[in-house]
Amino acid sequence: MAAPPGPRTPTRTDQPVLQARGIRKAFPGVLALDGVGLRLFPGEVHALMGENGAGKSTLIKVLTGVHPPDEGSVSVDGSLQRFAEPLEAQHAGISTVYQEVNLCPNLSVAENLLVGREPRRLGLIHWSALYARAARLITELELDLDVRLPLSAYSLAVQQLVAIARAVDLEAKVLILDEPTSSLDRDEVAQLFSLVRRLRDRGVAILFVTHFLDQVFDLCDRVTVLRGGRLEGEYRIDELTPVTLVHRMVGSELRTLDELAETSRTASAAPVPAETPFLSARGLARSGAVQPYDLDIHRGEVIGLAGLLGSGRTEAARLLFGADHADAGGLRINGERTDLRSPRAAIARRIAFCSENRKAEGLIAELTVRENIVLALQAARGWARPLSRARQDEIAARWTEVLDIRPADPEAQVRNLSGGNQQKVLLARWLLTDPELLILDEPTRGIDIGAKTEIQKLVTRLASEGTAVVFISAEIEEVLRLSHRVGVLRDHRLVATLLNDPPLTPDRILGTIATGATS
Amino acid sequence: MTPPDDIGAGGRRPARAPGARRLTRHRLFWPATFLASLLLGNVAFTHDFFAVRVQNGHLYGSLIDILQFGAPLILVSLGMTLVIATRGIDLSVGSTVAIAGALACEHIATAKDPGSLPTVLSAITLAVGVAAAIGLLNGLLVARLYVQPIVATLVLMVAGRGVAQLITDGQIISVSSSAYKMIGGGYWLTLPFAVLLAAALVAVTSFVTRRTALGMLIESVGGNPVASRLVGVRAAGLLVMVYVVSAVCAAVAGLMISSNVSSADGNNAGLWIELDAILAVVIGGTALTGGRFSVGGTVLGALIIQTLSTTIYTLGVPPETTLVFKALVVMAVCLVQSPAFRARLSRRRRPAASAPAVGDAGVRQQEVHP
Repeated sequence: MAAPPGPRTPTRTDQPVLQARGIRKAFPGVLALDGVGLRLFPGEVHALMGENGAGKSTLIKVLTGVHPPDEGSVSVDGSLQRFAEPLEAQHAGISTVYQEVNLCPNLSVAENLLVGREPRRLGLIHWSALYARAARLITELELDLDVRLPLSAYSLAVQQLVAIARAVDLEAKVLILDEPTSSLDRDEVAQLFSLVRRLRDRGVAILFVTHFLDQVFDLCDRVTVLRGGRLEGEYRIDELTPVTLVHRMVGSELRTLDELAETSRTASAAPVPAETPFLSARGLARSGAVQPYDLDIHRGEVIGLAGLLGSGRTEAARLLFGADHADAGGLRINGERTDLRSPRAAIARRIAFCSENRKAEGLIAELTVRENIVLALQAARGWARPLSRARQDEIAARWTEVLDIRPADPEAQVRNLSGGNQQKVLLARWLLTDPELLILDEPTRGIDIGAKTEIQKLVTRLASEGTAVVFISAEIEEVLRLSHRVGVLRDHRLVATLLNDPPLTPDRILGTIATGATS
Repeated sequence: MTPPDDIGAGGRRPARAPGARRLTRHRLFWPATFLASLLLGNVAFTHDFFAVRVQNGHLYGSLIDILQFGAPLILVSLGMTLVIATRGIDLSVGSTVAIAGALACEHIATAKDPGSLPTVLSAITLAVGVAAAIGLLNGLLVARLYVQPIVATLVLMVAGRGVAQLITDGQIISVSSSAYKMIGGGYWLTLPFAVLLAAALVAVTSFVTRRTALGMLIESVGGNPVASRLVGVRAAGLLVMVYVVSAVCAAVAGLMISSNVSSADGNNAGLWIELDAILAVVIGGTALTGGRFSVGGTVLGALIIQTLSTTIYTLGVPPETTLVFKALVVMAVCLVQSPAFRARLSRRRRPAASAPAVGDAGVRQQEVHP
């Protein structure tokens, strides 16, 4: 399945400015890259696509000298390179702009552009020369900025442009943009794209990493697709449609799953739409996070949320839990108007939320399994009404057994557990509060197949017992297997809510993601 | 986040009996060992160091002195422990010590009947009440206005001394009240009253934090504020509470200090005690990054610092070098407590053993969800 690079005709006849061959990179327990190649030609915008975990970031880190490859070679302008550190890659003409702006907001635009290579006179910074050089760079790139103002005076998008300007001034032959648009709005993206096109026209080779399909078709000339750490292929953009691109990213074996999906569906029959839904959202939105959406969630129903990473799945779910406060629209719970100002308010309404980010937003790493399990219940009771130690021990022992948490030692520090077991601890924490609505954001990510199946079974059982579940996963098959209805998100918008009866196919979901259309 | 010291250096597997290993991994092992060796070291210089004699129905001896003079530091450190457990810090405690002493002494000095119990009780109430207000202010700045704790409490650390001097008109106020003298200089049941008072407050704090859910929720907020919010912990209330407790502990310490010398010195009472308290907390095994805290460890830490001060005096270290001596010892304590330092030491001793991987920091950030 990993087609070697080469046979396809490049769009340009000249030599690649950057070429990687047979890159292999392993981390303890994970083979991140296996025989991956990449060619970048001068004056092209090249998209690097792949799902979460496909190896995009690792490949970039190999190209920029952050990680030396275990095997394989990187050559610039035909000469072999061995980058020991990022600085060497920069000197070779490879510049990178990361997703988060790595600049100092409190320094001026000029200082940010030239920090580390300020013009000097007698060992002191030559300020007038600094400003002049910065201003020249800015005009060259046809930007309109006052280089003396602090960077923080400008929007995030402009800061991103400054980061690019800084990278380009390092005499870049290759510019790597790692998800530069993920936090920008539409106008800001347009601004960034016009800069990228100008750089392309000057002969810079640009490697563009994004999760937004439109942007790939809008901006890029060629695409390299990675899947599961392997090279899936290299394509000219006009060879592809959004649907075929998504297929390349996700894997073609999906097609054969159509019938399998039917037989392996464990979801119980859809509940009879009850009188009033447990939760009903109308026009719920938060600017910069998710566009207004409507959603009804009934008791005993599993709603799946599908979409690519960064499509707004998590953002939509967080509004239902009060983790972020919606700035438009309204929520009704049991038909009653509610404004969820905080997670605490949502918990009082018997809503539970398992974050996709277990470490940062879920676990208290240094507390024990027992303490992590009882935490939500205890927080709801307040500190003055403690659960007795005997009660805590009993709860911890019961849930360790029910969910088969290992090691079966409630006094183990939760940080020492494996990912799957940590996830079970979080599930136990929320199940203990007996929620009416359970929101699970990527509950099976990064955990082994056994634990995954158990969690899927648990979801089905909870729904049959009357719990409403919102199930978010990047794995479409998993969403389809469990859900009664599937909400499809794309570019921060809920584009469709599809009934999973008769069963939907992964193709149908992928098509909806790719085209944004409801049919 | 630094791992708590009881974890040790993770994968290191020295050939020790399991029992011994469990003992050395106990979070109080290093502070307790250090305190014990410090005390034993004193015997070498002062042969009757451990001697405790009874005189007029009171216990006397070096150990009793350490407890008595250490009582204010134990109290200040006690409050500081809870604040640090929430990822905060309270720099204003030294000023609070001064303000409390100044308020109480001023009240007693200007009262008609300085020796009477009602006068002393109202002085105590006044001092503790004002301290609670100071703690409330700190807590609200941190919890509601999201001012960084170090900045929020720095305000009163600096301004508080001025307030204390304002109360005393810049003078040292002397009081002669036998009832007030009891707090810091009196005896009860053969022991210094200050020791009993400190012990009682330590016991109450331990009991309240560990028998209610307070301790766990404080550790949760300090350990992971984001997750705590998503779990529904009301952090603001907890934060305000710990700053109030810290200020009240400091006030009681201030009463002890001023009572012991029967005077209030707005300038010097409790000077730099906040730094000793932070040190005591850290030596006791509570990380400045918040989370798990240990009241027992803090008491040991405070006693280590006080024993050190006593040792310096009994050794007759010249006054101009005492601080240097103290600095060296404290540095040694901190190094011994540091898992990274211990790992390095044992690696040097056993050069054949493979060095623990120096962790490629970038690796953690990989997309490794196969």
